[in-house]
Amino acid sequence: MRGIIASLFGLLATVWTPLLWAAEAAKPENKLNMTAILMFFAFVAVTLGITYWAASRTKTTKDFYAAGGGITGFQNGLAIAGDYMSAASFLGISAMVFAKGYDGLIYSIGFLVGWPIILFLMAEQLRNLGRYTFADIVSFRLSQVPIRTLSALGTLCTVILYLIAQMVGAGQLIRTLFGLPYESAVIIVGALMILYVAFGGMIATTWVQIIKAVLLLTGATFIALGALHHAGFSLEAFFRAAMEGVKASGLADHKKVVADSKDIFAPGGLVSDPISAISLGMALMFGTAGLPHILMRFFTVANAKEARKSVFYATGFIGYFYILTFIIGFGAVVLVAPNAQYVDMIKGTLAGGNNMAAIHMAHATGGDLFLGFISAVAFATILAVVSGLTLAGASAVSHDIYASAMRGGNVNEQTEMRISKFAALGIGIVAIFLGIQFEKQNVAFMVGLAFAIAASANFPILILSIYWKNLTTRGALIGGSLGLISTVVMVVLSKTVWVDVLGNKAPLFPYKDPAIFSMTLAFVGCWLFSKMDNSQQAAEEKARFDAQSVRCETGIGAAGSSGH
Amino acid sequence: MSNDTSNAKFVQRIKNHPQYQELVSKRSRFAWTLSVIMLIIYYAFILVIAFAPKSLGTKIAAGSVISVGIPLGVFIIVVAFLLTGIYVRRANGEFDELTRKIKEDTK
Repeated sequence: MRGIIASLFGLLATVWTPLLWAAEAAKPENKLNMTAILMFFAFVAVTLGITYWAASRTKTTKDFYAAGGGITGFQNGLAIAGDYMSAASFLGISAMVFAKGYDGLIYSIGFLVGWPIILFLMAEQLRNLGRYTFADIVSFRLSQVPIRTLSALGTLCTVILYLIAQMVGAGQLIRTLFGLPYESAVIIVGALMILYVAFGGMIATTWVQIIKAVLLLTGATFIALGALHHAGFSLEAFFRAAMEGVKASGLADHKKVVADSKDIFAPGGLVSDPISAISLGMALMFGTAGLPHILMRFFTVANAKEARKSVFYATGFIGYFYILTFIIGFGAVVLVAPNAQYVDMIKGTLAGGNNMAAIHMAHATGGDLFLGFISAVAFATILAVVSGLTLAGASAVSHDIYASAMRGGNVNEQTEMRISKFAALGIGIVAIFLGIQFEKQNVAFMVGLAFAIAASANFPILILSIYWKNLTTRGALIGGSLGLISTVVMVVLSKTVWVDVLGNKAPLFPYKDPAIFSMTLAFVGCWLFSKMDNSQQAAEEKARFDAQSVRCETGIGAAGSSGH
Repeated sequence: MSNDTSNAKFVQRIKNHPQYQELVSKRSRFAWTLSVIMLIIYYAFILVIAFAPKSLGTKIAAGSVISVGIPLGVFIIVVAFLLTGIYVRRANGEFDELTRKIKEDTK
């Protein structure tokens, strides 16, 4: 184990050094990136150290999937927040506020308000009923093989789509920040994530996530303070400067705002009609409650009490983080948009691409050293999030498909763990391969699609299995499948894929977000086919609801309610 | 017979415990009330965006550039956090106390 990590680390260093020199030679202006590279190496060294320590503590499946159940509510809150504060939300939302103003806040709020609902209706129920994956809960009283298979499919779809989007983002970001070729960047991210997950399991994945969350919150706080400092800590002066910033901006988006005399402090064109607005809101809110790598975190705490605390802390950190991204986005309007150092005043584009607003803000507020720090944090953020996703995907393969569906639960723990490690390796390789394949594609729709699938396939069967006595295997299977298939079909036929990716002239499905239709289909499907199910099996499944609800309410019999 | 949820008699004994009924009804009423509050606030916000986006651009005071949408957005984030705090406080206190009693009585 020590040998493998040491040699891979050595390999990374040897691959990187000549590449660095090449990049340095090609772009002498990039010398400031040395700070970023040193800080990133420090992060990798620390996290590989943690992985080594975690590997020595990962002896059972409970250690591997659930960090032994010994994570505290506060730690788990940070880890959940870390899972949620991906590079996409840090760079993407601040960039959206930067380019579109108020519309960015609409997204943040949608992403946040799912959390209270998860707490009120799901957190302790998940903890009391499940062990390692959300499929544990859905299959608690329903038939194992079909339900596990469907849940694993929903998990893998969500995970792979999310992973591709993260990988492509990582490759592009690292190329811009570190001058590293796209393919090498994707391979390095993939290799590190496989190491963390395969050797360190949930313990390593959690601690990597916690460290990154602290770094990201610290970094974002400093950028936001820098932005407010510029306005003498007066909000009125800050927003007035933002208004002036738009007028002086070289960015094409801002010129359009000025030309149309639009208000950047009011909703703009992001949400075009009521159906889209509600549909987007549903996908953001309920998608969160169906993301497998997030749901998995509820199994790492000792009991319902800690599960509740996790959400309280997570909501606080995430809400704070979104307020920061809002300030950073408008700060960039003040400090980045009118500055020819960051914006091509003639072409109207932002140096390094649209998502770089927060990165330029780091430079504008803290100079080269701080830019290096934030770049390293952005890289660390990607690594931590893809690791969580890979672990969720690997658990679906080993725990749901292999151990439960194929072996009926009769499986040796060591074998199950070995399968999970190979699954992590497999998912990692697929993610690297697809990440490279999709380099030139527009992958922005993939996170949206992942959320829509989570909201329409995973969430309905999960919430109904907890609360609705009459849900049967047949109903869940048909409803969940309807949700999954209809989401994919509607997204493929919508403008984002049919026109923007496949190059057709007009979309066949008029809305960007399918959630309002696909979620309805899933719920109606579950309800109708459960109601029509008069089989003996259905009667037995309903009869088992009492035992489920007693365990759900009291936690009696809940899996491993102690840490170690 | 063991005292766990695979034992039908044990399940029935807990279900018949008066405090179990109290726990379930109190918690579900509380959880759904808070959920509905959050949903109403959020969907009211979404509907304003859908039907009257301009109203969020109204300035908070004459001469100010800050629109009402900004403090409103921050308010929703803060309320979401406060609601989780309210739930956790009562659940980790009152509801867990009820659960403890039920467990003790049905041992």
